[in-house]
Amino acid sequence: MHFNVRQIITAGLLAGSMLVAPAMAQEKVLRIGMTAADIPRTHGQPDQGFEGNRFTGIPMYDALTAWDLSSADKASVVIPGLATEWAADANDKTKWIFKLRPGVKFHDGSALTADAIVWNVEKVLKKEAAHFDPSQVGVTVSRMPTLRTARKIDDLTVELTTSEPDSFLPINLTNLFIASPAHWNAKLAAVPASVTDPVERAKQAWVAFAAEPSGTGPFKGVRLQPRERFEMVANKTYWDPKRTPKIDRVVLLPLSDANARTAALLSGQVDWVEAPAPDAMPRIRSGGFTIYSNPQPHVWPWQFSFAEGSPWLDKRVRHAANLCVNREELKTLLGGMMGVPKGSVSPDHPWWGNPTFDIKYDLANAKKLMTEAGHSAAKPLKVKVLTSASGSGQMQPVTMNEYLQQALKECFFDVELDVIEWNAVFTNWREGAKDPKARGANAINVTFATMDPFFAMVRFVSTKTFPPVSNNWGFFGNDEFDGLIAKARSTFDGKERDAALANLHKRIVEEAPFLWVAHDVGPRAMSAKVKGVVQPKSWFIDIAPMSID
Amino acid sequence: MLSYILKRLALTIPVAFGVSIVCFMLVHIAPGDPLTSVLPPDASAQLQSEMRKLYGFDRPLPVQYGLWVMKTLQGDLGVSIATGRPVASELGKALGNTLMLAVLATMIGFLFGCLFGFVAGYFRDSWIDRLASFVSIIGVSVPHYWLGMVLVIIFSVQLNWLPATGAGPGGSADWAWDWVHVRHLILPAMTMSVIPMGIIARTVRALVAEILSQEFVSGLRAKGLLDFGVFRHVVKNAAPTALAVMGLQLGYLLGGSILIETVFSWPGTGFLLGQAIFQRDLPLLQGTILVLAMFFVALNLIVDIVQSMLDPRVQRA
Repeated sequence: MHFNVRQIITAGLLAGSMLVAPAMAQEKVLRIGMTAADIPRTHGQPDQGFEGNRFTGIPMYDALTAWDLSSADKASVVIPGLATEWAADANDKTKWIFKLRPGVKFHDGSALTADAIVWNVEKVLKKEAAHFDPSQVGVTVSRMPTLRTARKIDDLTVELTTSEPDSFLPINLTNLFIASPAHWNAKLAAVPASVTDPVERAKQAWVAFAAEPSGTGPFKGVRLQPRERFEMVANKTYWDPKRTPKIDRVVLLPLSDANARTAALLSGQVDWVEAPAPDAMPRIRSGGFTIYSNPQPHVWPWQFSFAEGSPWLDKRVRHAANLCVNREELKTLLGGMMGVPKGSVSPDHPWWGNPTFDIKYDLANAKKLMTEAGHSAAKPLKVKVLTSASGSGQMQPVTMNEYLQQALKECFFDVELDVIEWNAVFTNWREGAKDPKARGANAINVTFATMDPFFAMVRFVSTKTFPPVSNNWGFFGNDEFDGLIAKARSTFDGKERDAALANLHKRIVEEAPFLWVAHDVGPRAMSAKVKGVVQPKSWFIDIAPMSID
Repeated sequence: MLSYILKRLALTIPVAFGVSIVCFMLVHIAPGDPLTSVLPPDASAQLQSEMRKLYGFDRPLPVQYGLWVMKTLQGDLGVSIATGRPVASELGKALGNTLMLAVLATMIGFLFGCLFGFVAGYFRDSWIDRLASFVSIIGVSVPHYWLGMVLVIIFSVQLNWLPATGAGPGGSADWAWDWVHVRHLILPAMTMSVIPMGIIARTVRALVAEILSQEFVSGLRAKGLLDFGVFRHVVKNAAPTALAVMGLQLGYLLGGSILIETVFSWPGTGFLLGQAIFQRDLPLLQGTILVLAMFFVALNLIVDIVQSMLDPRVQRA
């Protein structure tokens, strides 16, 4: 048999293409090491705090409203999600009409209709509903406390009602992820007939749904290994072309230990880790990885007590404490991993409001205020702060509190730190400063998120949220603040509502019921292979537009 | 022999009852809310109270305990609050993973522990003894989570020879006894083996030294037995105690190590227990502690029986 040159070249090219083809067709997989110790729940209402929403909420599901995660520079605001528009009823402000996006399909192929929205509201609010799931109630209802019912108007229109006029509802609804009723019903039908108790059948259907979820999001859950890994694949028919995934598969791995996460990244087992070990940052950078960070809607504060006898009742003392902390120095101490606060929200946020009190480092003025209040180096003001050695969102509480202790000493404060177990601190946050379990503290160090107005501001300054109702630990509040809150809640035009919230924020900063110390910056380290990363000013991040080499 | 076994079995009943009370009470006394995993801390007081009712935590503790014991006796350990999955299935998978790790770690520990112990005991007060004792003391003293991190830095980060975390590229569900998977087991098993190795080495060294000082050894030598023959007698005399220590160590390791399994993200019982503690997942916590405690009780029972078979004097005692 004889071969000419052309045949040999053709054969060579064919053989070459056979070798190359698998590489070209190789699946693009993104592996993420989360801080969570377990896979956040996958049935549509994730647990594990906002990390749950970030990884098993937003990628697989949509809500009626969504957060804009497309910019690293602008504040993240609410935008349309599965609803294209919404408005409160002109005559009855407890009724809201939401218009649904047409043509949206769940991963199982069923269509998104108003019935699906009603079904998803009822999964957490209607105890008689067949699909009511107590395990989803807590994480959902607490985020939308005034939502009461849902009613279908037509296939693409739904009416939601609230217990009182509440302009915050569209913001709260970013937390109600819409799961597929058709898929759940299929799972219910597959529960063995031997299980006759309807509650038990529903429970088993939800467990099966979580193992094979169906939402409308850009990724579709395909494999759940509890406590080990969760895999999602791209939903190439996603309704928003800008968010149609370029990555084929995302693998989520719970790696709760910071050193384990860092080692997994450095050894190439994952492409992305959340919150790498702080002391490993230089090693990570030198290994060619990129560290992304951006101030998050998060506050690391001391929340003051306004109970009788508290040293913080004097506004000059509160202002002095805020002026006495050199936050840039603290930032250096933390390796640059904190944002410097000017209030609960940043100056570029719609709720900023231009307060007249400027939170900055001004030692001379701080000392002057303390002197006016009757304190000096010889007669320091004793304050006691309840804090923990660790805890969700607490960053590095011991280091930071010890820094504050030293810094405030210069302004005639004698700070006693009472470091107790994190759950005990958290429990006392609800019990209040007057409770014996506060151990005589007149400030508490518990961090909080500022994604929505209630959690960012209202719960800390309303007389209706005194302990044990909510987290107004220090009993701060008066008619003026109650009035500002009522105005914001009952202003239904988006821009006007934001203006009312800006007024509220302005007055909070001016009255200073907190010592604002830091914003977390949500550091995450990624391999250089991961492209198109936008780290917004949010707790969340959008995986959909990213790609991987 | 049968009566001895029955007597030992009967003794486990009050122990099991005591264990159930202790583990139920301990998790309820600990600070924190059992609904932590399904209820954000900033949830309203009304919602908290409703959720407590839905999950049955509003009932008096004795009633909760009674219901739990009744269900447990029927083989139902309940459902995890955090995940909604049955505790028994979560625990079953974790036990399997820990078993692999613990058996391998015990084998490594027993092998090297006996080796160091015999050598140290046989060459007592020599430099060999001091070296072997030094290694075993290091094994007992070194914080194993620290050792784990050091091994990860050397073998995973720097040399890139072995993986740093996990139970295989596809997780433990895809486990196979091939190199791709077994390499995930090496670092955690090595880390876990240092404590049993140290303890077994110290025990065996003392035993060998004591046996060698006994008169029957002089007798054996006087009868003309060579060193190897004497060594066989020493091994036979030291075996029951060494075996008992190994059994106890296996028991400890089967409980899983929260720290090691967390450092290596190994999905075993320690990892599960750690998560249950942090999430205040009471059904999972109670079920895991109870099963592990009963496992330990059962292991003690087996060791006692095996020991009595090897050395009938144990029965009489």
